[in-house]
Amino acid sequence: MWEAAAWAIFFLPLASFVLIGLLIRPFLNHRSELAGYLTIAAIGGAFALSLWALKATTGHSNEIGYASHEWLTVGNLDIRVGILMNSLTAIMLVVVTGVSLAVQVYSQAYMKGDAGYARYYAYMSLFTASMLGLVLASSILQMFVFWELVGLSSYLLIGFWYHRPSAARAAIKAFLVTRLGDLGFLIAILYLFFHQGVFSNAGLNSLDIRDIYVVAGAGLLGTTALTWLAIGFFAGAIGKSAQFPLHVWLPDAMEGPTPVSALIHAATMVAAGVFLVARMFPVFEASESAMNLVAITGGITAVFAATMAMTSNDIKRVVAYSTISQLGYMMLALGIGAYTAAVFHLFNHAFFKALLFLGAGSVNHVAGTFDMRFMGGLRKVQPWTYGMFVVAALSLAGIFPLAGFWSKDEILAEAFHNGDFVSRLVFLLAMAAVFMTAFYIFRALFMTFHGEFRGGVESKAEAAALPDSELVLTSDEEEKIAEGGHAHMAESPLVMVLPMGVLAVLSVVSGFVANAPFKLLTIPKHWISEFLVAPLGHPETPEFIGWVAILSIGLALAGVGLAWAIYAAGKIAPERLTYRPLYQLTMRKYYMDDLYERFIVGQVFYRYSAGLLDWFDRVFVDGVSDNIGWFGRNIGRGIATMQNGQVQAYGGVFTVGAVIILLVYLIK
Amino acid sequence: MVGLEHFLILSAVLFAIGLYGSLTRRNAIAVLMSIELLFNAVNVAVVGIARYTTPFGLTADNVDLLLTGQVFALFVVTVAAAEVALGLAIVITMYRTQGSVDVGEANIMRH
Repeated sequence: MWEAAAWAIFFLPLASFVLIGLLIRPFLNHRSELAGYLTIAAIGGAFALSLWALKATTGHSNEIGYASHEWLTVGNLDIRVGILMNSLTAIMLVVVTGVSLAVQVYSQAYMKGDAGYARYYAYMSLFTASMLGLVLASSILQMFVFWELVGLSSYLLIGFWYHRPSAARAAIKAFLVTRLGDLGFLIAILYLFFHQGVFSNAGLNSLDIRDIYVVAGAGLLGTTALTWLAIGFFAGAIGKSAQFPLHVWLPDAMEGPTPVSALIHAATMVAAGVFLVARMFPVFEASESAMNLVAITGGITAVFAATMAMTSNDIKRVVAYSTISQLGYMMLALGIGAYTAAVFHLFNHAFFKALLFLGAGSVNHVAGTFDMRFMGGLRKVQPWTYGMFVVAALSLAGIFPLAGFWSKDEILAEAFHNGDFVSRLVFLLAMAAVFMTAFYIFRALFMTFHGEFRGGVESKAEAAALPDSELVLTSDEEEKIAEGGHAHMAESPLVMVLPMGVLAVLSVVSGFVANAPFKLLTIPKHWISEFLVAPLGHPETPEFIGWVAILSIGLALAGVGLAWAIYAAGKIAPERLTYRPLYQLTMRKYYMDDLYERFIVGQVFYRYSAGLLDWFDRVFVDGVSDNIGWFGRNIGRGIATMQNGQVQAYGGVFTVGAVIILLVYLIK
Repeated sequence: MVGLEHFLILSAVLFAIGLYGSLTRRNAIAVLMSIELLFNAVNVAVVGIARYTTPFGLTADNVDLLLTGQVFALFVVTVAAAEVALGLAIVITMYRTQGSVDVGEANIMRH
């Protein structure tokens, strides 16, 4: 594959962004549908090129070497840009462009009539381009640039409806929280700058990712150095991938348009964190403590987020927590060394998660709200959406033989197979999450699609208007009411259903086709696992452990059954199973938001840090300048009094001066 | 025997009195008079030094050395006369404009 073609994968969406921003929006805004077509064409082109890249990479012993280009030189450090095209890159390219393409097609209908239609597509192009740039980057600094661009474009898209205060707040929150993690990433890069000598002695470049692999593999850096390096990278990944404790931004990110959530959750923003850890996997592998940190953080996140998903009443939030939980899965897989399983799960997850979000958006077109308490019965109204949502839910729950099953099972099997303490621990956490995942996603499914329709946004507005109601309408719902929004009971248009259909097919087959346990037509056995051998190349053979698979399916089915009994059949009242304080705890998101807002922001930042700085500013900085001013003013005043216009006084001073000079002269 | 030191002491005393007077007296006439004292103190010193630094016994070779100091004193007297004339003119103008010859009030340049 020519290098220009690889670059084009990144430059096509970027060109679309530039063209929309400079031509369509200023001059052709009355024909804004052009922006949609242009974006779809650009990303479609990038998708085709990505497939070519995948094909080319398989034929090249999993990596195509491209020379890097000089960018700039700082001191004796050479900063270069280039393309690192290996199996991980190729898989990610296909996922990002594929999901993005489906989302762009779907958005045509979802965003129809929005005043910011062209702006929306400009941002979407930028978002996709940044993610593709991040995936292609061969230098860690180049990667960081795109990493930040991904953050910027997600900020722009979450705050897309900037006139809503809640959206503006959510955008700022997402940006700031992820920046906190990015600080770790930046420190890791600076750390590499610092250890540049180790690299240049070996004739390597400290910023080149392949050279970092070499150094980590050859043990040129000490374990402690590599541990800190890995922790720095992981901090960036925690922020971007919304891992505990920096997960707080992701549920709020639901303020953006729903297709944006689909893109953020499936292929771009949050996948970037997992991708970073996978990209830097040799560094992590070289340090056991870093690996354990990754595994345990992932395991905690998987369970923690799943509990919050179980109690949330907002369908988008359920799916958002589900993303956090699934990202935790990927992290824990990376942490126990199951590199291929983690990337495989990322690959499968992208399809069914995008589908879940697109389904939620489709449902919203009927109900006008995302609140599941006011939905119900939608399977008769939207049979296609219902069917595809079921597929995605089954895939997420990990039911055989859908995509989610294969990757989830690989992770569980490896965790069990490894046998050390951390692996056992995360195995238990992952098993618990399997049950909860099945429960919450089918709870959402039953509440949304089964039973009777509970009136949508209008009923919610009525219920919220009752005097002792705790319900609060979101700004989205308020706008719907203001438009006189009635539930229009119809299936979504074909442009929305079609991309969902494609994703639904992928949600069913992607796991099996990509990693079948036997040769499938032309696809070799365990294709993705063989393809994705870790960069340092030790072959992993995913063990298929029968009882682990059966247990995980059993737990998932139990979760589905419980959800059915409570929410579809009504056999068990939810209150009977609810332990009130625990319910409160999850409803309030474990008080994490309160902790951050009240304690860290309110007390630590505003009260103490800002208070201290304020005191310092008032007493010290102001004090110094005030005193300098006082000094100058009073010296001036003193000198001014001496100049009184009395010649005799001047004469006196003159005489005294002359006498002093004379005395000095005489004494010398 | 009267020596150079007596001239210089006299000169210093005169100078001190003149300086004191010119710095402390409020009356412009008195200040002018004090300044005259300063001039004369200088004249005494100049003439005295001229006399005593020249070797005794005037000859055609050294007469100009002796006369240098005395001629200098004569110049000082001339300048002092001009200075007094100018000074008195200022005093009169001052009296006309301000109705007083108190130097403490002569501070309009300051404003």
